[in-house]
Amino acid sequence: MEFSKKKWRMPRLAGDQRNASYPHCLQFYLQPPSENISLIEFENLAIDRVKLLKSVENLGVSYVKGTEQYQSKLESELRKLKFSYRENLEDEYEPRRRDHISHFILRLAYCQSEELRRWFIQQEMDLLRFRFSILPKDKIQDFLKDSQLQFEAISDEEKTLREQEIIASSPNSSGSKVVLESIYKIPFADALDLFRGRKVYLEDGFAYVPLKDIVAIILNEFRAKLSKALALTARSLPAVQSDERLQPLLNHLSHSYTGQDYSTQGNVGKISLDQIDSLSTKSFPPCMRQLHKALRENHHLRHGGRMQYGLFLKGIGLTLEQALQFWKQEFIKGKMDPDKFDKGYSYNIRHSFGKEGKRTDYTPFSCLKIILSNPPSQGDYHGCPFRHSDPELLKQKLQSYKISPGGISQILDLAKGTHYQVACQKYFEMIHNVDDCGFSLNHPNQFFCESQRILNGGKDIKKEPIQPETPQPKPSIQKAKDASSALASLNSSLEMDMEGLEDYFSEDS
Amino acid sequence: METFDPTELPELLKLYYRRLFPYSQYYRWLNYGGVIKNYFQHREFSFTLKDDIYIRYQSFNNQSDLEKEMQKMNPYKIDIGAVYSHRPNQHNTVKLGAFQAQEKELVFDIDMTDYDDVRRCCSSADICPKCWTLMTMAIRIIDRALKEDFGFKHRLWVYSGRRGVHCWVCDESVRKLSSAVRSGIVEYLSLVKGGQDVKKKVHLSEKIHPFIRKSINIIKKYFEEYALVNQDILKNKESWDKILALVPENILSRFQKSHNSLQRWEHLKKVASRCQNNIKNDKYGPWLEWEIMLQYCFPRLDINVSKGINHLLKSPFSVHPKTGRISVPIDLQKVDQFDPFTVPTISFICRELDAISINEEEKEENEAESDVKHRTRDYKKTSLAPYVKVFEHFLENLDKSRKGELLKKSERDFI
Repeated sequence: MEFSKKKWRMPRLAGDQRNASYPHCLQFYLQPPSENISLIEFENLAIDRVKLLKSVENLGVSYVKGTEQYQSKLESELRKLKFSYRENLEDEYEPRRRDHISHFILRLAYCQSEELRRWFIQQEMDLLRFRFSILPKDKIQDFLKDSQLQFEAISDEEKTLREQEIIASSPNSSGSKVVLESIYKIPFADALDLFRGRKVYLEDGFAYVPLKDIVAIILNEFRAKLSKALALTARSLPAVQSDERLQPLLNHLSHSYTGQDYSTQGNVGKISLDQIDSLSTKSFPPCMRQLHKALRENHHLRHGGRMQYGLFLKGIGLTLEQALQFWKQEFIKGKMDPDKFDKGYSYNIRHSFGKEGKRTDYTPFSCLKIILSNPPSQGDYHGCPFRHSDPELLKQKLQSYKISPGGISQILDLAKGTHYQVACQKYFEMIHNVDDCGFSLNHPNQFFCESQRILNGGKDIKKEPIQPETPQPKPSIQKAKDASSALASLNSSLEMDMEGLEDYFSEDS
Repeated sequence: METFDPTELPELLKLYYRRLFPYSQYYRWLNYGGVIKNYFQHREFSFTLKDDIYIRYQSFNNQSDLEKEMQKMNPYKIDIGAVYSHRPNQHNTVKLGAFQAQEKELVFDIDMTDYDDVRRCCSSADICPKCWTLMTMAIRIIDRALKEDFGFKHRLWVYSGRRGVHCWVCDESVRKLSSAVRSGIVEYLSLVKGGQDVKKKVHLSEKIHPFIRKSINIIKKYFEEYALVNQDILKNKESWDKILALVPENILSRFQKSHNSLQRWEHLKKVASRCQNNIKNDKYGPWLEWEIMLQYCFPRLDINVSKGINHLLKSPFSVHPKTGRISVPIDLQKVDQFDPFTVPTISFICRELDAISINEEEKEENEAESDVKHRTRDYKKTSLAPYVKVFEHFLENLDKSRKGELLKKSERDFI
């Protein structure tokens, strides 16, 4: 599959024509974009959308979807990144265009594996659900029509005829609500999740779906279409990846480029082992603080704890040699035989640095990963204290950290409401004495970086000169440098237009 | 009807496949008007031969090919499978993964053994007039839903030959339905849940979906005669204990004082209506009376038969090797009168044919009359005739629909 050689220049649209191409603030992304854009814009759009989807993910964990807090935070995120979200705003062409193009760019990056696809589809669905939920009622019908969905609202007469049946079929709606709501008549096969559980009225092959249930159906349609589209896109992938302009960008993107998986660090070797104790109280998030304390007290940690804490330490800059030294020193204090350590534990440490076996350079765990997988059991110290600690125990811990009672009760409330990362942000604010931490927490190493930034007076650690304790050149730094220089050279050749990408999305290729 | 002797099958089948099996109607059905190329040629059949030899992936070029093969192999059982992407008899030549089941009718199989926990007259493979009503109710309830709720127009109900009924839904759009939607349809039609260890198998929520309400209305028409008289479900301690387990109050004494199931049921209804008003009662909901009726009468479907597109199901007009009965279509207009015990057996119709042939030989016969014409007249003179007529009526409706669709399509194209 070649890049199409034709030069498609979209004529500069004026006024009404621009609005016609994007009649709504949301869409199903059925048509790929067909204009030319520069490489720089390509990259920026992609990065912005990844940031957006990451926020969607984050907010979805910290707040209950659909609540006012969730909605307002998501809206401000959309506004900040200049994507469309609301109808009837001025100058909507540009945000909608950005939304359109960036979605399709991300398809290229996120079609590559089952896990990436699942993540991408989930966030895009949540985003669509939000946008749909704030769509004014009178716009819904237009939007559905334009999106080629066969959903028509039935007339009032038709509604009255079937009023009793519809009320009896809808588990949660009462009589009065049905009278006011729109009812949509759709082919029964499109309402699978509703009719299989007898949650909708069926007549002559059609399901009579109230508005509130239509959202679920629309989202299912969207998911099905997007899933299919991603599979198709994946087929074009070899051709895409062979394009030198795209390859580094797309790889970068799908490894969750927000710069924040903390695997390619620019700060390697800046931490010395004797700093760790003080750092653990000043800059570690509570999960790592408690792991460090347990390690110091028991001279041992179980596997889950070693993984979570060990990778975190790698993320803050420990070298392999430092790590080996660190763990060995501590385990020996627990009367472990040095040989036993070398045989049993050092292999695992080297493995997690990518020096054994598969040589995968394991990335430090994100908050979501810590919260959602591998819960701790008796004798474990890993996990997220806000999620996995008993509230009483959590309270005691916070008291021992000298947090004010007011702060403690706020934190406990947040934890109780399952807003674990927000609770951790609150902890951050309390120990650094700031009103607003200024970031949306999703990674323990992020906590550390932000903390160091504040404590070191705003200087970004990454920018400081590297002073390794051991003379080994870090291959990972080299790679990071290469990637960024590659990008830089790409940027300079940016007048090159991106053309023919729409072919990757179409079925005929 | 004379008893059927399974050892006679090979001879009987030979005659049946040569003179009686309605090939042209059968082909007319599965060819679906020839609208889609190779639809018949890509259809899988499976045969069970003498001594239980089972062969899959049989397919045929046309009606005459089908006839020749059936006459040659003399199958004891014939199953119909899916329409595949390639000719099933060539599936080994197809690249791995490319041979796929693409379309099939939506089918249902209702089997009397699934009701063993609620029928007292028979068990396992046995049936009798007293329990056959379960099938009558099942056909009415399921058919109503398929027609009125799902809008399916071409539904063929067939007696399985021994202890149940099958339904073939043949609408064009239905043949294309995915496995997920088929499963969903079965779920929609299911109310009785739980195996042996579950006492109460039907739980209704406060709101009654129209499907449930309409099904109950059908059951009400049959309940008294079927359950309280014929099945006598409250006849004695053994039978009423099962039902008392579903009821909150102790009405045992009332039961003992009553004389028959009808009276006992009245007492039970009173208790049940008290539950209706007592919303606080978690264990016994407001619809107790209906839940019991549904547990004893509502159809029980096997989801595995319906959900798989490649599932093979017994063909209409095939013979049941154990009973000898032909799998005949059921006339929906006369479903209450359908009696499985009057369905002709293969031996019966073969004997009928013999008798007729002898008579005709005595008359003058035009030698030029083709064998085919002979055959198309033959079944008409046997007890098979009315059932073939039901089948033809079904085929006419299919034809009408097809013509209607083609007309619409050509109008659209014209515009």
